[in-house]
Amino acid sequence: MSLFKKSKSFAGGVHPPEYKELTENLSFEIMPNPKNVVVPISQHIGKPAKPLVKKGDVVKAGQAVAEPDGFISSPIHCSVSGKVKKITSESNVSGFPKEAILIDASEENELEKMPVLDPETITPEEIRERVKEAGIVGQGGAAFPTFVKLTPPKDKEIDTVIINGCECEPYLTRDYRFMLERTEELLGGLNLAMKALGVKRGAIGIEDNKPEAIAKLKEAAANYEGITIEVLETKYPQGAEKMLIKAVNDREVPPGKLPLDVGVVIQNIGTVIAVYDAVVKGEPQITAAMTVSGKGINNPKNIVARVGTPLSDIIEYCGGVKETAVKVVVGGPMMGVAQFDFSAPIMKATSGILVLTAEEVNDHPETPCLKCGKCIDACPLHLTPTKLSRFTQMDKLEEAEDLGITVCMECGTCTYTCPANIPLVQWIRLGKQRVIELQKERKSA
Amino acid sequence: MSTLTTANPAYKLELTSSPHIHSRWSTKQAMWMVVYALIPAVIAAIVFFGFYQLIIISMSVCVCVLTESAIKYFRGREISIMDGSGIITGLLLGLILPPNFSLFGTALGSVVAIALGKEIFGGLGFNIFNPALVGRAFLQATYPVPMTTWSEPSYAVDSVSSATPLSAMKFDAVFAGKTEMLLGNIGGSLGETSSLAILIGGIFLIAIQVVNWRIPVAMTLSVIVFGGIFWLIDPAVYPDPIFHILSGGFLMGALFMATDWVTSPLNSKGMWIYGTAISLVIVIIRLFGGLPEGVMYAILFMNGFVPLINKYSVPRIFGEAK
Repeated sequence: MSLFKKSKSFAGGVHPPEYKELTENLSFEIMPNPKNVVVPISQHIGKPAKPLVKKGDVVKAGQAVAEPDGFISSPIHCSVSGKVKKITSESNVSGFPKEAILIDASEENELEKMPVLDPETITPEEIRERVKEAGIVGQGGAAFPTFVKLTPPKDKEIDTVIINGCECEPYLTRDYRFMLERTEELLGGLNLAMKALGVKRGAIGIEDNKPEAIAKLKEAAANYEGITIEVLETKYPQGAEKMLIKAVNDREVPPGKLPLDVGVVIQNIGTVIAVYDAVVKGEPQITAAMTVSGKGINNPKNIVARVGTPLSDIIEYCGGVKETAVKVVVGGPMMGVAQFDFSAPIMKATSGILVLTAEEVNDHPETPCLKCGKCIDACPLHLTPTKLSRFTQMDKLEEAEDLGITVCMECGTCTYTCPANIPLVQWIRLGKQRVIELQKERKSA
Repeated sequence: MSTLTTANPAYKLELTSSPHIHSRWSTKQAMWMVVYALIPAVIAAIVFFGFYQLIIISMSVCVCVLTESAIKYFRGREISIMDGSGIITGLLLGLILPPNFSLFGTALGSVVAIALGKEIFGGLGFNIFNPALVGRAFLQATYPVPMTTWSEPSYAVDSVSSATPLSAMKFDAVFAGKTEMLLGNIGGSLGETSSLAILIGGIFLIAIQVVNWRIPVAMTLSVIVFGGIFWLIDPAVYPDPIFHILSGGFLMGALFMATDWVTSPLNSKGMWIYGTAISLVIVIIRLFGGLPEGVMYAILFMNGFVPLINKYSVPRIFGEAK
């Protein structure tokens, strides 16, 4: 097979049906502002932000309503103008209720911006400060505060910034539309990230199923020094950090280490565009662009909506759900979270809302493991999912630890590929948590 | 068109954790693909050895399915004929019996294949040895003479006596013609003589990724190397590698028996070791053992090593030092 390989990639992975055709040719639509928004004070990895407003305060769109608490944290901005209704625990797309600021929107629609900066003369320090001030978090799913990524420890030498343009999750076309519609902002944002890190090399990794985006970016990138477009094989999970670095730089991130340990910082397409908007236009991150798709929704769309818009508003805007819908997922179908409460709001890092039908989910009953080894062949990290899940079921945590259960990034490839339909990654998730607890106990003992 | 809220019970939404989609393959579908892949071999058996062979194959399939269902029933488990696994065992066992074998013997072998080969370990997925080969090994011990009596292809006018090419090679140093061996116009087990029919089914299974290509490739390369060494030493006594591949149960073993998911190693490295070792044992038995054919024992022998192979062939975790 490797004899015929044209594009760079990694070993393993799967090829789920893409379903990108549902939305790939639809331009972003700006959704009208909702009547009320729910703005969670934690939309990032790290400590939740501290609210700066109280009930009854009049707030303006773009105004900071919560400030970062500690280094790994991020400010939160109000996404609409209006009045603070209350600050309370509200349902959240993560499945767990989270503290949020509820705002009743007013008619006024003026955005409070930060001063505009000149991308030519800006210093690395100013870029980091602006990125932090604008509350930008990673758009790839984990929502790690971006300025932290742009502030690597002094002893780590970074030589490459890689932009993740793989969009390897089926259905999602947000990054694809970004590449086509906001090409210059994307390259400008990458340039800013390279400047902030003092790096000469920038690469944009794109799967070979997006020829239009590749052509457009290649043409535009010719005007930028040090930026290359890397064409990668279309395969899930090509966009996982470790897989992307392997494909682009042929470096392997060791278990338990970060991309910056091999000299790489990865940013998502949406993230660097947000960086560009923050610097050049002075806009804080108060909108989220996403793909609303799946065969269970009436009008699939790519939309830009205000952070804090309830899921139900967006689903209604896209024509509502069909009778055949069986699952609503926030994120991609491989790693997203199934939803039960549609008053939950979208957040900064929300990349998609999928309404799936039974045909797409293709569930079948679990049968015994036949040891076919497909999960091992597919695991991008070369783990042994069938054994890891079995050891977890039998509570043999030491054995699972020896086989590297904590290395698992929970991409779901094993469960996807399993012909016996065993919930492998689900067991591994459980086992991983237990092993981590065990390791903590050992440390404290 | 209604708004989704928790208060709206019209939608019963699933709330399982990710991933939310699954590949189109299920165990059951894969099993049925194996059944389809064996059809050319069944047809070849009827063409070369006559209609009676279909009765033998039907007998083994029916008895396998019945035995499996009966044991499941007595164990209080769900009866799952349609998962296809019992049917495959029956088909495979039937195809590796000699032509015109006794129906009672066929039934006996089928009961042993399912009961002692599979169900005693806990059923599908838990057995150590290939069930069809367990059944055949039992019959080899029970019916030593009929199990090694080979009638010639029924319509053949000018075929190679009633011996198999392997026994002719071994005991009389006579080598059968390659074209005859490819088509199947030779003495041998029902479904094993026609290399062509087996190849059609096997390549189909590899193409749709039900069978992992590594095991048949490892076995073939290994038989070429080990068989080839002896052939180079003395071509008058030892057969050439192509003869090894086309004779006896080699292709049936390489494509349908050794590749059985349950009884073969889990990962690529293990599959290479396993395939290579099987062919080494085959060559040793064929050239130096008391029996003319060694595929069955070679695979059963290596089945026993699979847990050990799995233990020592764990792949290197991504990012760990090479």
